[in-house]
Amino acid sequence: MLTVENLKKLRDEQRLKMGIRFSLEKNDPAVMMDYKYNVLVCGDTGCLTSGCKAIIDALNESVTKHKLEKDVNILTVGCFGICSLGPIVIVYPGGYFYGECKAEEMERVVTEHLMGDTPVKELLYKETVSGEEIIPFAQTGFYKKQERNALRNCGIIEPDNLNEYIGNDGYMALAKALSEMTRDEVIKTVRDSGLRGRGGGGFPTGLKWEFTRKVQSEQKYVACNADEGDPGAFMDRAIIEGAPHVVVEAMAIAGYAVGADHGYIYIRAEYPVAVKRLERAIKNARERGLLGKNILGTGYNFDIEIRLGAGAFVCGEETALIASIEGKRGEPRPRPPYPAVKGIFGKPTLLNNVETYANIPPIILRGADWFASMGTKKSKGSKVFAIGGKVTNTGLIEVPMGITLREVVEEIGGGVPGGKKFKAAQTGGPSGGCIPDIHYDVPIDYDNLVEIGSMMGSGGLIVMDEDNCMVDMARFFLDFTVDESCGKCAPCRIGTKRLLELLDKLIEGKGEAADLDKIEELCQHINVSSLCALGQTASNPVISMMKYFRDEYVAHAVDHKCPSGVCKDLLTYFIIAEKCIGCTLCARVCPTNAISGKVKEKHIIDPDKCIKCGVCVEKCKPGAIIRK
Amino acid sequence: MGTAVKIPFKGTAQQKSELYKVIEENANVRGALMTVLQKAQDIYGYLPIQVQEMIADGLGLPLEDIYGVVTFYAQFSLYPRGRNIVSVCMGTACYVKGAGDLYNDLCERLKIKDGECTPDGKWSLDACRCVGACGLAPLIIINGDPYGRISVSDIAEILKKYD
Amino acid sequence: MGTVNIKINGVSYTANQGITVLEAVREAGIDIPTLCYLRGVSEIGACRICLVEIKGQRGLVAACVSPVADGMEITTTSPRIMDARKKNLELILSTHNKKCLSCVRSGQCELQDLSQIYGVEDEDRYAGAIPESEIDQTAGHMYRDNSKCILCRRCTVVCSQDQDVGVIGANERGFKTYIGSAFDQGLGETACVGCGQCIVVCPTGALSEKDHSGEVWAALSDETKHVVVQPAPAIRFTAGEAFGMPVGSNVKGKMVAALRRLGFDAVFDTEFGADLTIMEEANEFVERIKNGGVLPIITSCSPSWVKYAEHNFPEMLPNLSTCKSPHQMFGAIVKTWYAQKNGIDAKNIVVVSVMPCTAKKLEKERDDQNAAGVPDVDIVLTTREFANMVKKAGIDFVGLPDENFDDPLGQATGAGTIFGATGGVMEASLRTASEWIAGEELKSVDFHEVRGTKGIKEATYKIGDLDVNVAVASGLANAHQLLEKVKSGEKDYHFIEIMACKGGCVNGGGQPIQPASVYNFVDLRGERAKTVYRQDADTPLRKSHENPSIKKLYSDFLGKPGSHKAHELLHTSYKPRSKHGWD
Repeated sequence: MLTVENLKKLRDEQRLKMGIRFSLEKNDPAVMMDYKYNVLVCGDTGCLTSGCKAIIDALNESVTKHKLEKDVNILTVGCFGICSLGPIVIVYPGGYFYGECKAEEMERVVTEHLMGDTPVKELLYKETVSGEEIIPFAQTGFYKKQERNALRNCGIIEPDNLNEYIGNDGYMALAKALSEMTRDEVIKTVRDSGLRGRGGGGFPTGLKWEFTRKVQSEQKYVACNADEGDPGAFMDRAIIEGAPHVVVEAMAIAGYAVGADHGYIYIRAEYPVAVKRLERAIKNARERGLLGKNILGTGYNFDIEIRLGAGAFVCGEETALIASIEGKRGEPRPRPPYPAVKGIFGKPTLLNNVETYANIPPIILRGADWFASMGTKKSKGSKVFAIGGKVTNTGLIEVPMGITLREVVEEIGGGVPGGKKFKAAQTGGPSGGCIPDIHYDVPIDYDNLVEIGSMMGSGGLIVMDEDNCMVDMARFFLDFTVDESCGKCAPCRIGTKRLLELLDKLIEGKGEAADLDKIEELCQHINVSSLCALGQTASNPVISMMKYFRDEYVAHAVDHKCPSGVCKDLLTYFIIAEKCIGCTLCARVCPTNAISGKVKEKHIIDPDKCIKCGVCVEKCKPGAIIRK
Repeated sequence: MGTAVKIPFKGTAQQKSELYKVIEENANVRGALMTVLQKAQDIYGYLPIQVQEMIADGLGLPLEDIYGVVTFYAQFSLYPRGRNIVSVCMGTACYVKGAGDLYNDLCERLKIKDGECTPDGKWSLDACRCVGACGLAPLIIINGDPYGRISVSDIAEILKKYD
Repeated sequence: MGTVNIKINGVSYTANQGITVLEAVREAGIDIPTLCYLRGVSEIGACRICLVEIKGQRGLVAACVSPVADGMEITTTSPRIMDARKKNLELILSTHNKKCLSCVRSGQCELQDLSQIYGVEDEDRYAGAIPESEIDQTAGHMYRDNSKCILCRRCTVVCSQDQDVGVIGANERGFKTYIGSAFDQGLGETACVGCGQCIVVCPTGALSEKDHSGEVWAALSDETKHVVVQPAPAIRFTAGEAFGMPVGSNVKGKMVAALRRLGFDAVFDTEFGADLTIMEEANEFVERIKNGGVLPIITSCSPSWVKYAEHNFPEMLPNLSTCKSPHQMFGAIVKTWYAQKNGIDAKNIVVVSVMPCTAKKLEKERDDQNAAGVPDVDIVLTTREFANMVKKAGIDFVGLPDENFDDPLGQATGAGTIFGATGGVMEASLRTASEWIAGEELKSVDFHEVRGTKGIKEATYKIGDLDVNVAVASGLANAHQLLEKVKSGEKDYHFIEIMACKGGCVNGGGQPIQPASVYNFVDLRGERAKTVYRQDADTPLRKSHENPSIKKLYSDFLGKPGSHKAHELLHTSYKPRSKHGWD
């Protein structure tokens, strides 16, 4: 069983062993070199899908073949962030970054780099290679502006290895809180740090802790929301998969601060890897005296139970999540009473999301001022975003609050690919809104995003270019919300469905000008009269897209045109006579025989028969068929 | 709502004892219904009335409470998946080329609807969104194999391959 | 409890801490409309009709679930609020089956009323897809029409929380959400007990009893039939409400007059049957005490309770009194004694029961309820169906003179009257059993401890040498709680009265429906019960065994209570049923 004292000792030993991973120099004297090389492979779900298992196998095989087991330590770690380059291998010392790895290339990495001490230049991430020089990946565009706090363990430590977590200062914050700080000091530190809820609402975390602390009750609970439901956001999964102990440690600190001895982690069953790692982390923490009775010998008791979600986005809403933990339909209930007063099984409950918890240990260890020194006036620290859509580098980034969207998209994201023009970015997923290019330079923080009609949300960031239709995109998000509405309150249950039907009208070319007013009216109504945050934010994508791209909506409703060429029913297919060579291929593949024309003669599309499936466009070699 | 096909329940004694074990372990855990349902679905593959009744009795909850929870969450399934999964593309191209007729014929032939499974566990039927193979319309996919440009008269022959 | 200072529409008030905005505003004399809210039943803030503005809050707030707070500034009538309420109504109407003219609840529909008040101009303003549904006719006593359901969930709460039955609930989610039973079974395939409490709380026409008045009209016009009617004790204390009279009106005389004007050949009284029930049940109780029979004995006049016991407490069925319920006993006597005396073939007698209860429609179909080889009771109407018949016949109910029941089966005592309220059967039994056991006249016939609307009541009475422990439960969830204690041995009683509906028959599932605006602010159970006990106090005879007609029935026909003949005609049997199915 660990005590505060021997935990510190263990940390120091472990830190020495792991130092190689924090060192960029080849023969850093400060580092204990029990291995010549540390080879880190990302084993996050994203990279698993792109085949990292085969890479690990190939590396192991090659290392065994060359009898390098004593020199080379191959570690499976958490997310490096730049998922578009997966599978990824990083070699320390030096931090050499191999992206889009193939199993058959690993032999070269082993022989040339690990045996020959010469990095394989042509396999390295090309951003790290400039001429003769190789720069550490941390200095590339993707990483340069990042500030990895919540993600500090991801891609550094072995997730299932408690010692590795301890080596990166793991459980030191818990030890500090339990042995050096009063409950109120812990809460004050969190409050002074300015940390706000990372799950969506942005409520000051310290205040939440304080409220829960103040309620008198023999039983209180601490809960963690790991039911990441926003399609396109996966930072909570990555944090857990990269370092499950961070959630355990932070919840234990929270339990100490608010006076709870039991915690629940509500995690989606669709995250099997994360669930397994959490289970293992909880078990290991118990075995080492970091959970359970008399934690670290301080007399403090705290334990954690995992509850699995079963596929309901609305369970991200705190009262719905509580209902679900209680084994009920995940339907939100009106607040007040807030969970701090009446939560799980009617008891005061502190509920934070994964990313919020991930920020707690460094805040406790490094102090409120350190955290508050990052970010903007009202939004402190850093925020993780899952960046995707029409952008070169997709993946997970953590940036200081206050960074501009331009920096995120152009520098970190590597810009919009294919020479296309940036149109807007959606933040906050189906509850958020779009940020158009006119706000490209607005510093990203909670309040600015709300002001321009979007929201931080959990951190999904989808980039859209000129080829995206803003009616279609609004429909996409709304369709999701309609599917995920719990069905309890009338405005959300019926209102969102009606809104979707109105957007469908526009997309199908059956719209009229009056529909736009009706849409706006309904959006406002759902927004102000729904029961929970899901309903109250359901129309945000529509409102913001209509605000910034009204001309596109007018084009759909009035002119029955889709300027981006996305909405099938609004497109017409033409054959440009000058380009048509009369090969008849289009006529032969047309499923409705809408194309007529003889061999070597110009072909014509009958718009009445054409169902706009697009097969002809794909087949036409001279590119004579266009749609607009 | 509607009249779903009744699939004969083929639970084994072993599955039953596994479920009872899960129920027993969770009988005194507060709010354990979701956990029990998840494990029950792991054991049986789906959550038919027989399984839900065992859970209702074991946890002392009304059957409807359990059904209400099961139908709320997307992950819980009331139907088993068949050994052969037939998907009918309902994209516009396929639809105008008679996918509706194919779907109706399959419903009649297999005596099931979208999302259901035949009583013998042999077939599941899905009406799916456009799979983007409009050139092959109308299209059905069985266990990943596409069958394009077919008509109702071809269905019997195609299904035979999976007998 | 302290008070808070609030402002409502700019005017300052003081309100009790802990009450809702809805209640505080109501105290200031302003009604906020509600649709899903039902005090003590459904407090979920789902319909969003009771929206108000609270200064400092971004969105609108549901008054029904928001507690008042000091300094709160509430606005209840701004254009923004009116508009939001109207839009919510329009959205709800967009999925609602708007065949209002032919709806059973037309004129008494909370949605209809609100639509009128809030000036819904176009009920199709948000027309769109409507969830598919079918009318569920599988149960014998009622139907469910989800096309009229507005998902207020009131029915599901009474079914599961008040009644511990839980056969209906919310299924699926989002736009597909609907109220139904597990695996879409019809209500008649579930362990529904038929109490009809779901109907009474439904704001629209989604739930209703099956209307059997057509059969009554047909019988009344059939000259070969001798049609006898018997209203239950609880009808006379509630029927007035169906004609706009205040809650708690005693309309006994008008009810009799109305029944007579409807054309019944004889207007008798179920209270006679209630007195008869006491004779048999008190006798059964005394016998069980004397002979070491199964105790506690539990009353059996509430058919929903009986069915509930068959599903959930099969091991306790021997505890149930074997007595038929009063209207069934009455029917048995009409088709035997009365038929013989008047020389009418039992086959040509139609017994119509006007009941506060939907489960009575099921009870008459049970096995062992046909003393004369024909059903004891032919048609059961609820108070609501009776009131509709009166309206259809053009009878001016409120203006009717008071008339008396026909003899001899119209004669009753105060003991029969109090069957209408929770504790009444217990008290009536005690009035008779005490005298039988002790062999001397009671000093006071009032057993105050078993009166009142509390869910579970207990008392101990000294009868002769015996300390008799009694308990009374109303509402099946309360019954469940009580019986668990009996089963575990924590409680030891001699006699238990159970009524399926909270408050007893005055609050039965067949009673006039009061809208939420009344339900939320009037103690329906209490007010109705008060009139019951007032009537009892005003009745000259208050003990069943003193009823002259009852005495005559025994001397002429049955012999003595518990006789072989009495057993044949007036007692019944029970069978265990499955936990999840109807049978």
